[in-house]
Amino acid sequence: MRRAIAFTGYELLRSFRNTRFFIFTLVFPLILFYTVAGSNRHAELGGVKFPVYYMVGMASWGAMTAVMSGGARISLERSAGWTRQMRITPLSTSVYFGSKVVAGYLMAIVSLILLFGAGISLGVRLSAAQWLEATGLLLVGLIPFVIMGILLGHLLSADSMGPALGGVVGVFALLGGAWGPLGQTGTLHRIVVNIPSYWLVQAGHVALGSGAWPLRGWVVIAVWTLVILRLTVVIYRRDTAKI
Amino acid sequence: MSAEEQSSAVVLQGLVKSYGPVRAVTGVDLQIRHGETVALLGPNGAGKTTTIDMMLGLTKPDTGSVSLFGQLPRAAVARGAVGGMLQNGTLLRDLTVRELVAMVGGLYPDPLSVDDVLRITDTVDIADRRTQKLSGGQAQRVRFAMALVSNPELLILDEPTASLDVGSRREFWGVMRRSAALGKTVVFATHYLEEADLYADRVVVMTRGRIVADGPATEIKARVGRKNIRATLADVGIDSLRELPGVVGAERRGESILLRCVDSDQALRLLLSRYPAASDIEVTGVGLEEAFIEITEGPDSSLTSGEDH
Repeated sequence: MRRAIAFTGYELLRSFRNTRFFIFTLVFPLILFYTVAGSNRHAELGGVKFPVYYMVGMASWGAMTAVMSGGARISLERSAGWTRQMRITPLSTSVYFGSKVVAGYLMAIVSLILLFGAGISLGVRLSAAQWLEATGLLLVGLIPFVIMGILLGHLLSADSMGPALGGVVGVFALLGGAWGPLGQTGTLHRIVVNIPSYWLVQAGHVALGSGAWPLRGWVVIAVWTLVILRLTVVIYRRDTAKI
Repeated sequence: MSAEEQSSAVVLQGLVKSYGPVRAVTGVDLQIRHGETVALLGPNGAGKTTTIDMMLGLTKPDTGSVSLFGQLPRAAVARGAVGGMLQNGTLLRDLTVRELVAMVGGLYPDPLSVDDVLRITDTVDIADRRTQKLSGGQAQRVRFAMALVSNPELLILDEPTASLDVGSRREFWGVMRRSAALGKTVVFATHYLEEADLYADRVVVMTRGRIVADGPATEIKARVGRKNIRATLADVGIDSLRELPGVVGAERRGESILLRCVDSDQALRLLLSRYPAASDIEVTGVGLEEAFIEITEGPDSSLTSGEDH
């Protein structure tokens, strides 16, 4: 256990030293939030105050990018021969993946704190319980995405990772309504309620006092988590058998 | 477990590995005793890397077995008994050299102190530099430090100097020697005969997926380190040239002669003193590849005919 913690510590050190990544992941959502929410402070969107909706939308987007990038770094380490080097040490696969998950989540939490701070600066006011509930739901809703990062890390080459990560997160953010709601009825709505990022963005609905997700939200997150996990195991086995 | 396996650091038995239609390793048997420094010498594509990957437990053999200190590779690796340097590996970025070595050391049950490892591998002066800012030779010494930090009994190095210039190569082997002096068993792959000759007690020659020669470095050098003498020399019987000391084969092509030599210095001296008419003399080293092929196909066929190659 002590060894696992030490190893994860170095992984965190590395994540926070990667300044380019830091800026792109954390600063873009902030800029977008201030420019869009700043000029629509008093509007309403998707049934909640605009800054609340947009704060959670941007937080979802930033946190999705952060959490997926943890596992996505695996592709770089694979192509650099580092994962092979680690396979001739006592490091277990679970500690290796665990360090990526922890680093991804920590980055995501930093992203959430910054966006929440930005929200407060534009007049968002929630009770302590609502802040905690929104944060809790966001962290749960990120589970399928953290695993998806590990999946992409084994599926894609280091060269294609940058655009692929941006594209995948972009599609999920768009369909989930992170950049603006897609309408509450119709075929598209019936499709997007089955996508985990939709429920990430819905974490903002705690501000309505309507409480947490309905059962559907929990089921969607659970099913996506299990399917992506299964897929990741298959791809990981195929990948390590080849190396 | 046989007594043999217990007293050996490495025992490979009947290793075979194919990748699709490519037969990378076609039957390797090898035993390495504790404390031996063994060079795995062969041209590219000889199966050295595949053999090393199987030794380290990275690749599963199709048939055959690997035993390190009487254990499976995974078990020996897990207790820190094996340090490996793989081919073409790069370092994890965004850490300093000291942090990287400490991180890897932290994975093992009983590692050396980071300071000791930095000192042995001559990386003290770059200890606080980020790994992405190292030269090729420095990076290679850091990779060696990672292999050494677990204080392994066995070091397995896959072409550790392949990408280095001559100076860095010499520096690397200086560092290597210091650690071999700590009584470790060392196996390294190389395609440089000089490296095998200078740094190994024993040389195992591989070509086309199997071992074709195995012996003390000096003996292997004599077998593969041959030179050819070409000269223009008419009217001398080829048989008398073949009998010159140091010459193992001779051919005539019109006015020119070709002598295949194990000792070209001796052969050249005698050639000039006995046949002063010899002119246009050229001494060339035989490429390793060619030398290996001769070994593979048997000394008799290659040394006497030569024309079929």
